[in-house]
Amino acid sequence: MKTGARTLIEALQREGVDTIFGYPGGVVLPIYDELYDSSIRHILVRHEQAAAHAADGYARASGRVGVCLATSGPGACNLVTGIATAYMDSIPIVALTGQVPTALLGNDAFQESDITGITMPVTKHNYLVKDAGDLDRVVQEAFYVARTGRPGPVLVDIPKDVSTGQVLEGKPVPETVSLRGYQPTYQGHVRQIEKALDLIATAERPLVYAGGGVVLSGASAELLEFVEAAAIPVTTTLMGLGAVPGDHPLCLGMLGMHGTQSANYAVTECDLLVAVGVRFDDRVTGKIETFAPNATVIHIDIDPAEIGKNKKVDVPIVGDVKAVLQAFLSRMQKRGDTANWVSRIGTWKAQYPLGYRDDDHLRPQYVVEQLSDILKGEGVVVSEVGQNQMWTALYYCFKKPRTWITSGGLGTMGYGFPAAIGAHYARPDLPVVDIAGDGSFQMNIQELGTVAQYNIPVKVVILNNMYLGMVRQWQELFYDRRYSYTELPPVDFVKIANAYGVEGLMVDEKAGVREALETALATDGPFVLDFRVEREENVFPMVPAGAAINEMIGVRQQ
Amino acid sequence: MKPHTLSVLVENRAGVLSRVAGMFSRRGFNIESLAVGTCEEPNMSRITIVVNGDDGVVEQVMKQTNKLIDVIKVSDLTKRESVERELALIKVAAETGPSRAEILQIADIFRAQVVDVGSKTLVLQVTGDAEKIDALEKLLRQYGIKELVRTGKIALLRGAKTVKSSK
Repeated sequence: MKTGARTLIEALQREGVDTIFGYPGGVVLPIYDELYDSSIRHILVRHEQAAAHAADGYARASGRVGVCLATSGPGACNLVTGIATAYMDSIPIVALTGQVPTALLGNDAFQESDITGITMPVTKHNYLVKDAGDLDRVVQEAFYVARTGRPGPVLVDIPKDVSTGQVLEGKPVPETVSLRGYQPTYQGHVRQIEKALDLIATAERPLVYAGGGVVLSGASAELLEFVEAAAIPVTTTLMGLGAVPGDHPLCLGMLGMHGTQSANYAVTECDLLVAVGVRFDDRVTGKIETFAPNATVIHIDIDPAEIGKNKKVDVPIVGDVKAVLQAFLSRMQKRGDTANWVSRIGTWKAQYPLGYRDDDHLRPQYVVEQLSDILKGEGVVVSEVGQNQMWTALYYCFKKPRTWITSGGLGTMGYGFPAAIGAHYARPDLPVVDIAGDGSFQMNIQELGTVAQYNIPVKVVILNNMYLGMVRQWQELFYDRRYSYTELPPVDFVKIANAYGVEGLMVDEKAGVREALETALATDGPFVLDFRVEREENVFPMVPAGAAINEMIGVRQQ
Repeated sequence: MKPHTLSVLVENRAGVLSRVAGMFSRRGFNIESLAVGTCEEPNMSRITIVVNGDDGVVEQVMKQTNKLIDVIKVSDLTKRESVERELALIKVAAETGPSRAEILQIADIFRAQVVDVGSKTLVLQVTGDAEKIDALEKLLRQYGIKELVRTGKIALLRGAKTVKSSK
């Protein structure tokens, strides 16, 4: 016989778990006791929310399932924002929570919360384990559900008496999981694929609109081969950045609310839109009625519920993006004549480059550009949420998938720093940089304790404008400059970092940017860079809420 | 906008109904009626849901329902030949006298059964489609309905066709 806790740890090891991000507490004591001398590394965070984000960052950087662990009640509740963040971006994590003993369930016991009930809307699936004998099966199912089909978070709630309960040793674990209610479709329908290829062969102005599904499916190579073979320009969503190299001649950069002019014009003008692993989010489409108004739409996605949800689709293809693109490549016989279209897009790209005022002020875009120039795509860049996120998306040139980690769907401030910690454990070979705002960084600033304790070499680049910048920008543009509760008093981030034992540097001159970034990257451990940037810089171009995506403000013309 | 009758085959597990109902409410789908119970397959339950919406909404409802791991199969019975039934229990005021006889006569016409006889009330049981039960309720209202309870609609395909797990 062995305990439930031991059974759990062995089941995790079978799933190949090497790292858990967690925080101990009363009802998870038996699990922590097993972790004490287990081969699984446990990273002690300073707040459970950070454990969930770190598991998510680990998953995004590695493509494997991230794992976090928290106690019942407040511990479990603190995971919720992190789980919801992973859910919105389809990130595979398994969240393990302790629960009060089964005999006390529903009794309002100390630190009891109905975490399976609470997380039902933000998990792909969840489990309350009532019998230690079910642990092997449940853990196996949880990892299977999390990583297959459209990935997503799965929560497993484990009452204390299940952890201490006895399980028969040597019971065989099934090799594969089969759930009669869960059978994802991986191969696209051949007739639909043929129909799509016919459209691709005759389109004059085709455009690929690629999203996070390409990254999740590991289909970057296939996508690049396809757009090159068919000579189709490609724009990516925020989640799809890095799916094709940002400096590729066919790449138009990001589309949508803060998309490039060339991308948004291309969407509006195209006659065929090939949507790959995307969900026509409102931040991408703007006013949906005017999104790709002249286009026939092909939509490839593994989740049938995404097809036709927001935009009418002419050729739906349910399947794994990688498998469908492989089928495209093996069946494609003819490509359309897109030369005129590609050259028109080239003209747009030259005519409407991204840009900001190039003077001697320290502007946030410059910081991101310098970082991009130093790392050359060979690093993992994580962002917080707001202006910092958009400037990074626009001014950093992503060249590979899984090197860009951001909370897209939920837009969770405070996500970046703990996600960067997770990314480091997934890719210890790469430098990891969190680009932050002063508002977002203060939402999980306590994780300085974690990076100090384990000497995690995450570099935090704060674009400090002493505002909640994105909200301030909206107030400036749409609320008559009434800056209602968006100004933040100055904070000495270097002193805070130092107090935790982390090195830091404040930079308030453009001339000092490059050297400061190089110093931080050359330092072995964590580093905090506090860039005092131009306070009222805006993210442009911008599509006002409810407008068509070709109706941008703040545009530049060369 | 018209009502659609969905037959949903699910795992018979704790929390399944709450997963289905919760998904409907958070996505803003309106449930007209819902009935759940065990079915011919052991370890499975069948939920019959009547939902209002145009074809696009109902398509989303079905796809989102299908995504739940514990849901095995979803079918829209509206587009196919099916039998649909509801059951109601109606406690109607029936003092001795002419009204009692009238109520019994109405019950007879509607093929409702008297399942409880009290000195001041009768309880009628009636099955049928929603319109039939509505009609009976309307007729009985003049005598005074003390209490009324209706099940949600349940439905099956006509003929040999079945809604089985093939997902």
